Amino acid sequence: MASKETSAESIIVSVKSVSKKFGERVAVDNLDLEVPAQACFGLLGPNGAGKTTTLRMIYGVTRATSGTIRVFGLDIDRHLRFVRSRLGVTLQQNVLIEALSPKENLRVFGRYHLLREPELSRRAAELIDFLDLRSHADVPVRQLSGGFQRRLAIGLSLMNRPELLILDEPTTGLDPAVRLALWSRIRELRAAGTTVLITTHYMDEAQRLCDKVAIVSAGRVISAGAPAELIATLLAPEAVEFDSAPQEEAALVDGFVRSNRRLRIGQRLILYVDDSTPLIERIRHHDHGDRRAVMVRPTNLEDVFLSLTGTSLEGNS
Amino acid sequence: MSVSGPYALAVWRRNAAMYQRTWKWNILPNFFEPVFYLFSIGIGVGAYVSEMGGTSYIEFLAPALVCVAAMNGASFEVTYNIYVRLIFEKAYDAMMTTPIEPDDVLAGEVLWAITRSSIYGGCFFVVLALFGLAPLPSSLWVLLLIPMTGLLFAAIGLVFSLRIPNIDLFSFYFTLFLTPLFLFSDVFFPLKERLTQPWLWVAEALPLLHPVRLARAAFSGEFSPVVLWDLFYILGASALLLLLARRSVRQRLTN
Repeated sequence: MASKETSAESIIVSVKSVSKKFGERVAVDNLDLEVPAQACFGLLGPNGAGKTTTLRMIYGVTRATSGTIRVFGLDIDRHLRFVRSRLGVTLQQNVLIEALSPKENLRVFGRYHLLREPELSRRAAELIDFLDLRSHADVPVRQLSGGFQRRLAIGLSLMNRPELLILDEPTTGLDPAVRLALWSRIRELRAAGTTVLITTHYMDEAQRLCDKVAIVSAGRVISAGAPAELIATLLAPEAVEFDSAPQEEAALVDGFVRSNRRLRIGQRLILYVDDSTPLIERIRHHDHGDRRAVMVRPTNLEDVFLSLTGTSLEGNS
Repeated sequence: MSVSGPYALAVWRRNAAMYQRTWKWNILPNFFEPVFYLFSIGIGVGAYVSEMGGTSYIEFLAPALVCVAAMNGASFEVTYNIYVRLIFEKAYDAMMTTPIEPDDVLAGEVLWAITRSSIYGGCFFVVLALFGLAPLPSSLWVLLLIPMTGLLFAAIGLVFSLRIPNIDLFSFYFTLFLTPLFLFSDVFFPLKERLTQPWLWVAEALPLLHPVRLARAAFSGEFSPVVLWDLFYILGASALLLLLARRSVRQRLTN
C-alpha cells in the first residue's frame, strides 16, 4: 500500500468539490475524485448519474459551476490546449467521417493534434495494426461493422499518444469477442503507462479492467476504492442466491445475514456472507425434503453497485 | 481564448479531405452554371434588351453573376453543410476533445467557406474570361473580391445557422433572404435607374449590392470613391457578424 501522502505528479486527474448546474438541474453535486497515474479508473453509475458531465468537465468542454479540476497537475480552465494535447477521449457515440476510410479518419484526426507527415502516416499505420483494422483500412467507414467502427473511434483518441485516455462507455453494444479484444488492448495501454479513465454500465468490465472505481449516483461519489476492497467492506465474499417469498424471508435467514447484506429483486433474494455453509444448511433444514435451487457464487462488483444504487435494497439507510 | 492558425487549418483540412474525394464531381456544375446563364441571356433575353447600364445586357450581367456564384458557394457551406457537421456528424464534439477551441472551429469554417466560394466564383470567372466577357487585366481584381464576398456571406450565414433550432429553417434563409438579394442587388437591372432616392438608401443595406458594384467597377476599370464605401461595408459587416458568430459557436460547442 502506497503512502497516503501522494505527490501531485502521481495524481493525473484531481476533481475537488466540483458541482455543475444546468439551470436549476444539478448534474454533478460536490464531487471529489482522484485518478492515480498509470491506473485504470472506473467511473460507474446508473444513467443520468453525471458520469458524462464529469468527464466533459475533466477535458474542459463543460465548465464546472464551482470547484477545481486539475489534470496533470494543471488547472483545466487555464491550460486547456496543453492539457488536451496530452489526453485522448473516446466519446460515447462514435464520431467518424463515414465517407472516409479508417486510414483517412486517423490522419484527419491526427491533424487536430498538429501531427505532420511522416509521423502522421506512421502513427495511423501503427494504430491500424494495434486495433486489428488492417483488413478494412481503406474501406469507407460507413461499410464497417459496429465493432470496427468502435475500434477506429478508440484509435482516433490514441493518435496523439495520450498520457490519459478517457473512454466513455467503450464497449456498449459490442459483441463479446470484440469486448474481450478491446479489454486486452486497454490493458496493454495501461501496462505501457497510459492512465485510463473509463465509464461503464458493465460491472464485469469494471471489475476486470479497473484498479479503482468510484460509484456515482445523483452527481455524487457514494463509494470509491478497489473493486475487491469494495466487495469486502460493503458486502461479503460469497453471494447466495435463491427464490423466496418475502414473508418467509425472516424465518429463513434472520440471525445469519445482516439486513444490509441482503438484496431483494422481486422473488429473488441475494445474500452476502463470509461463509455460505451454515446458511445453506439452514435453508435445507427449513425446506425439509423439498430442496429449492440455491446458487452460491463469488460476490462481484455488480452486487456492490446494486446494493448502493438499487432501490430494492433493504435496510440501506 | 484566441484563434490559433495551425488549429484553424486542421479544421479546414477536415473539410478539404472530404471534398478531395468528390471534387471532380463537385466542380463540374460550377462550370456548367455560367455557361447556361450566358447562353440563356446571350441568345434569349439579350436579344430583346439592346443595352443596359451603358453596355450590352450580357456584359452588364457577367460581373454580377460572379458575385452571386461566390455568395452561393459560401452560403451552402455555412448553412446545410455546417449544420450536418454540427448536429449529425458531431465533428465539433470530436474537435473539442483535442486542443482545438471554438474560435479555431469558427476560423477554420470561415476559411473553408471562403475556399468554396472561391472555387464557385473562380470557375464562373474562368468561363467568362474564355467567352471574352472579362476584360483583362482590370477584371482580375474580382479574384480578390470573390473571397471577400465569401467572407461576408460566410459571416451572415453562420450567425443564422448557429441560432436556428432546426434544419428546416434553412429554406427560409434561401427563399426569403438570398433569392430577394439575388433579384434586387443591381444584378439584373441598375437600381439607380429604377428606384427613387429614399429606396436607394435602403438598398445600400443589401449585402450583395456591394460586391456587385465592386465587380462592375473591376470589369469596367472605372473606380469611383463609392468603392471605398463598398469595401468598408463588406469588411465591417463581416467583422461585426463574426463577433456575433463567435459567441454562438462557443455557446453551441461548450457549456
